[in-house]
Amino acid sequence: MQYMMLIYQGTTPTPPSPEWEALPDEDKQAVYQGYRALNETPGVTPGMAMAAPETATTVRVQDGKTLTTDGPFVEIKEAVGGYFILEADDLDAAIEVASKVPAAARGGAIEVRPIGSW
Amino acid sequence: MVAIIEQVFREQWGRIVAALIGFLGDVDLAEEAAQEAFAIAAERWPRDGVPANPGGWLLVTARNRAINRIRRDATLAVKTRLLEVPEGGQDAMEPTTFPDERLELIFMCCHPALGTDAQVALTLRTLGGLSTDEIARAFLVGEATMAQRLVRAKRKIKAAGIPFRIPADELLPERLAAVLAVVYLIFNAGYGGRDELASEALWLGRALADLLPDEPEVHGLLAMMLLLDARRDARMLDGEIVLLADQDRARWDREQIRRGRVELDRALAQPGHGPYVIQAAIASLHAEEPRDWPQIAALYGELSRLTSSAVVELSRAIAVAEDQGPEAGLAIIDQLALDDYHYLHATRGELLSRLDRIAEARAAYGRALALVHDDAERRLLERRLTELSASA
Repeated sequence: MQYMMLIYQGTTPTPPSPEWEALPDEDKQAVYQGYRALNETPGVTPGMAMAAPETATTVRVQDGKTLTTDGPFVEIKEAVGGYFILEADDLDAAIEVASKVPAAARGGAIEVRPIGSW
Repeated sequence: MVAIIEQVFREQWGRIVAALIGFLGDVDLAEEAAQEAFAIAAERWPRDGVPANPGGWLLVTARNRAINRIRRDATLAVKTRLLEVPEGGQDAMEPTTFPDERLELIFMCCHPALGTDAQVALTLRTLGGLSTDEIARAFLVGEATMAQRLVRAKRKIKAAGIPFRIPADELLPERLAAVLAVVYLIFNAGYGGRDELASEALWLGRALADLLPDEPEVHGLLAMMLLLDARRDARMLDGEIVLLADQDRARWDREQIRRGRVELDRALAQPGHGPYVIQAAIASLHAEEPRDWPQIAALYGELSRLTSSAVVELSRAIAVAEDQGPEAGLAIIDQLALDDYHYLHATRGELLSRLDRIAEARAAYGRALALVHDDAERRLLERRLTELSASA
């Protein structure tokens, strides 16, 4: 099975923010180490790095007219912060990997989304 | 003959569906094949006699039907594991010893990636063999809603890759808790008078206890259900609720109480007692006369520490009131943040009336009446209120 793993940062401090800077060094190291380990996990295809959701632009088309607004489609706190692709045997294996994503334990959440097959 | 087929259905449906899912990897296909096999049995058994091994016969019949369907339908073949089933090949499953995969099935149905409603419905459908209509009626929802719920749950199992497997050891306690919660929920829904659900829960509890003999909570849950269900006939009289203290003990099912206590002893013989074992122990003490209130209160205390539940504290307050007097119970009740819970006010009303604080008791019963939904419970409260007026 293939899963798209969507990382929501929620209230997780992320660089470059004052909250992130305020974290003790060992915490920052633990987060970096956590993502390095994740990227080396068998079955994981790392996603591309995404800039902060504040930098997003949302585009809609209404009556043929392109409407452009500042910010992500959802609230900033609810925006996708990152992603990776996972090849795993089943949902339990995917949940196991999701639980190792640093954001999951620091105020964020991981959405485990099967990749469609039809 | 109809009775025999019904009995075989009762005993074998879950096992056959489980074995078929294990073999086919598809819930819908497994259910359809099992249904077809039972239909064929209903036609042939009266004519040819019941086979020596009805379960094995049904499984082989169902499996052959499924294989034929897959061969006819190429798109179906892609979706299942049966891409290359050899024609007339060796039976993967010997009919006499086909594997019991009901545990795999119940863990799949109660996977936390499914909502509780879906877990309950799937468990009743696939393991219990209840029809969509029966489940819908039991939970007071429309048949279309229930059908939709089942379809969505099965689709998720497939699309999200929910495994048909007994969870790994480190996951087992948490996943088993989810399974027990589903069985308990089914039992509770049956406690309100829908007897078929209560017996379904008992049957599931029995099956779990056979399949997981070393898990004390499994025996604890079964013991609790048996002990509570043993009082079923005494709990209502002419549609009215009869409180435990007033129940006609001749209407208790003594044999079932005995079986409940056997299960409780089994649970107690193993290390690690969770909430179900404690509740079973309490239910067992409630079946004794006179009741050992200090012991009951102590067990509720233990349960309260485990669950941090205010509802459990309310039960402890009742036991403490019986042991030490109404004031001691009221002191506990007045600490509880359960103002919207009608049992809290009904209990207060009862304890206050024992202290002859009639006006306060009336107010408490009035509050309980404003909150109660169930008709039989409402009438019970109204009776108490009337008795109070008569004694005043």
